[in-house]
Amino acid sequence: MDNSMRIAMAKRVARDIPEGSYVNLGIGLPTLVANHLPAEKDYFLHSENGVLGRWQAAAPGEEDWDMINAGKEPIELSPGAAFFHHADSFGMMRGGHLDICVLGAFQVSAQGDLANWHTGAPDAIPAVGGAMDLAIGAKRVFVMMEHLAKDGRSKLLPECTYPLTGLGCVSRVYTELATLDITPEGVRVIELVGDTTAEHLQEVTGVPLDFSALGIIPSAASTQRPAVTQHCAELQR
Amino acid sequence: MINKLCADAQAALSGIKDGATIAVGGFGGAGMPDELIDALIEQGARDLTLVSNNAGQGDSGLAALLKAGQVRRILCSYPRMTGSHVFESLYRAGKIELEIVPQGNLAERLRAAGCGIAGFYTPTGFGTLLAEGKETRLIDGRQCVLELPIHVDYALIKAQTADRWGNLTFRKTARNFGPVMAMAATNTIASIEQFCELGELDPETVVTPGIYVKHLVLRKASANLLNQAG
Repeated sequence: MDNSMRIAMAKRVARDIPEGSYVNLGIGLPTLVANHLPAEKDYFLHSENGVLGRWQAAAPGEEDWDMINAGKEPIELSPGAAFFHHADSFGMMRGGHLDICVLGAFQVSAQGDLANWHTGAPDAIPAVGGAMDLAIGAKRVFVMMEHLAKDGRSKLLPECTYPLTGLGCVSRVYTELATLDITPEGVRVIELVGDTTAEHLQEVTGVPLDFSALGIIPSAASTQRPAVTQHCAELQR
Repeated sequence: MINKLCADAQAALSGIKDGATIAVGGFGGAGMPDELIDALIEQGARDLTLVSNNAGQGDSGLAALLKAGQVRRILCSYPRMTGSHVFESLYRAGKIELEIVPQGNLAERLRAAGCGIAGFYTPTGFGTLLAEGKETRLIDGRQCVLELPIHVDYALIKAQTADRWGNLTFRKTARNFGPVMAMAATNTIASIEQFCELGELDPETVVTPGIYVKHLVLRKASANLLNQAG
């Protein structure tokens, strides 16, 4: 995914965050979302290392290393911020006070299980940070990820194959191809990006998709169903 | 008269014995009590259990403590980061034990230790590798994991200003784990930038009250000495 696609995805997430939301933007791709929240509206960003408010990257030469974000980058606060210690910060998260958190992911399952902390490789050094707390704590969990893994397989799966971060916690997934809601009835496509067609999306996605929210009749995509079923079976093996 | 300010870091750390559990504040470099860590390396206590969010970067600070072979076991949330080569080589060589703790559990288990809470149930980590072997319980329709407090013998933290009773203020996001580690520890040693007279700190701005603080050490580089050790 090139930089323009990353920015386009960040803009779509920013568009869907209502003014007045308390939001935690995870490290990496989700951090970009902050650049696209309109300056004239009020949003409250939460960073797990103990700051709530709004900020931008510190200007070169103006870095204060006591003033960093969760990615450990120096930031400069806008008026209205608050500091707090780590237990309070994770209390905000775990206590259900955040409206939305935006996270990256290795894999998401059709039930909304999230895998984003560990590949499970025997020689990998695990590092979880605040991922498990964010996954279960925020009212809504948005995931930003590439639709396909490097090996070309769908990152949206019937079951995650990597170690889980949280069970049934993902509300919505943004990829470069589509925006998909995880619902009790299944994975519902709410947006097709650019030239993506329902047929193509279903073909490359490892789980059955519901296009009814876009007014696309099930038969339009159903021609691909057998292939998808086969793909799912492959992934489950 | 009580004055918690010590002549130097060695005086503050002299009681640390081999086998102690030590919490070290900081999130990345912010709030990292570098001078206290250097003094701990010099002090030489070994077989330590370290509780800290990260496992050191580069070759100084926590990385130097690890490199000195003083740490047997580490509890942390995020050991792998840019420049964590000292930890990585010790871990791969089987020379250090690692317990990965979700960051919120780390903070809350420290807080619980400080508050006399013998354990708590949280949804964090349920159904994951990090909850394996732990007691679980369905509460209000939500699956939860029993987590136990982390009591520590010493907390080494970085604060901003203190008076001689050990009341502390912090600076920006350098606050992070400092207050909860101070609560969890039998002995808290705070590295401070500024020492002030009793009454100079507005009680409304005190973040960690002196009841949680045993010793204060004024940072050497500090040019903000308001009142010398008594």
